[in-house]
Amino acid sequence: MKVIKVLGSGCANCENTAKLISEAAKAKGVDVQIEKVEDMAQIMGYGVMSTPGVVIDEAVVHAGGIPDKVKIDSWL
Amino acid sequence: MFEQLGNLIAYQWLGLDASTKLGAAVQFFVMDISKIFLMLVLIIYLMGLLRALLTPEKVRAYVRGKPKWLARTLAILLGAVTPFCSCSSVPLFIGFVEAGIPLGVTFSFLIASPMINEVAVVILVGVLGWKLTAFYVMAGLFVAYVGGVIMEMFKPEKWVEEYVWKIQMGEMAQIEEDTSLLGRHRYAWGEVKEIVKRIWKWVVIGIAVGAAFHGFVPEAWVVENLGGDNWLATPLAVLMGVPLYSNATGVIPIAEAMMSKGVAIGTTLAFMMSIAALSLPEMLILRKVIQWPALAIYASVLAVSFTLVGWAFNFLAL
Repeated sequence: MKVIKVLGSGCANCENTAKLISEAAKAKGVDVQIEKVEDMAQIMGYGVMSTPGVVIDEAVVHAGGIPDKVKIDSWL
Repeated sequence: MFEQLGNLIAYQWLGLDASTKLGAAVQFFVMDISKIFLMLVLIIYLMGLLRALLTPEKVRAYVRGKPKWLARTLAILLGAVTPFCSCSSVPLFIGFVEAGIPLGVTFSFLIASPMINEVAVVILVGVLGWKLTAFYVMAGLFVAYVGGVIMEMFKPEKWVEEYVWKIQMGEMAQIEEDTSLLGRHRYAWGEVKEIVKRIWKWVVIGIAVGAAFHGFVPEAWVVENLGGDNWLATPLAVLMGVPLYSNATGVIPIAEAMMSKGVAIGTTLAFMMSIAALSLPEMLILRKVIQWPALAIYASVLAVSFTLVGWAFNFLAL
């Protein structure tokens, strides 16, 4: 199972990003576990300054803004 | 083209009279809303296509470890071309501190970034022409530079929240980008949606305020009270701008209406800078990383600088 982390301090865009990923995963029938990381120290720990960011298997794949559908699908 | 569209909708479809206050206001509203939104979408899309939009991560990497004058100059120039969302000021502030970038330089960036950005600059040229745009950009860069230098004199390090110093930043994320034409298009369109969604309400409010000013405020009153002879108008404009907040693009229609009614140029510029760069919401966000005394100094330094710059322009224009 893939662990996908959404980095962001609780802003609307971050909520949206998490929602989009879980919807896309459901549509594809992929089993994922989505974790929201809201602690600033942890977010910065991933080298991300512009949120929301997305981390898959401890690698940052996206930062700054809501990812588009094509991009999300490519992660699943 | 936009003027004709404004005329068509306000005077022909809605049957308003061009000589009435309401007619003038509605015509201005239609003209500006079509003009500004079209430009906004076009510019953001083009910048996105070129992937010319800078991220704070890149700015941090460029500024880090440079001698102070160069770091400050870079921070301001990069701040001016980074589309900035005040929601990212906290991670940005922490990231800069963590990179060992001096606080004064960080403040310079925080001043320049909301005030000047490439999208607002292009629209400003389209609406108010080259001259005023050049003045606005010069004034903004100047205030950002000097403001950061003055902040440094107060040694603001002592007001930074403890936890900020402790954060360790990880290796900068290297994100692979799809640079094919289709990938660029998707990215650009995503940027358009995101930025327009974030700022549209400020722009609409700005246009509405501009339209009301244009339609309902008598020119004679403006010239007498807000013209270049009234030196008190400039600090008042700055003070008025503090509780008011808008995105730099949203300020443009207000400035357009002010200029067309004869408000002095320096007063208009001071008002624009104050609305775009000095705002309560931004202060509240920054409060997470720095304490009130530093924020109070920050606000005062900016208010005084805007007033002085405004006076200088009024004086030169007289």
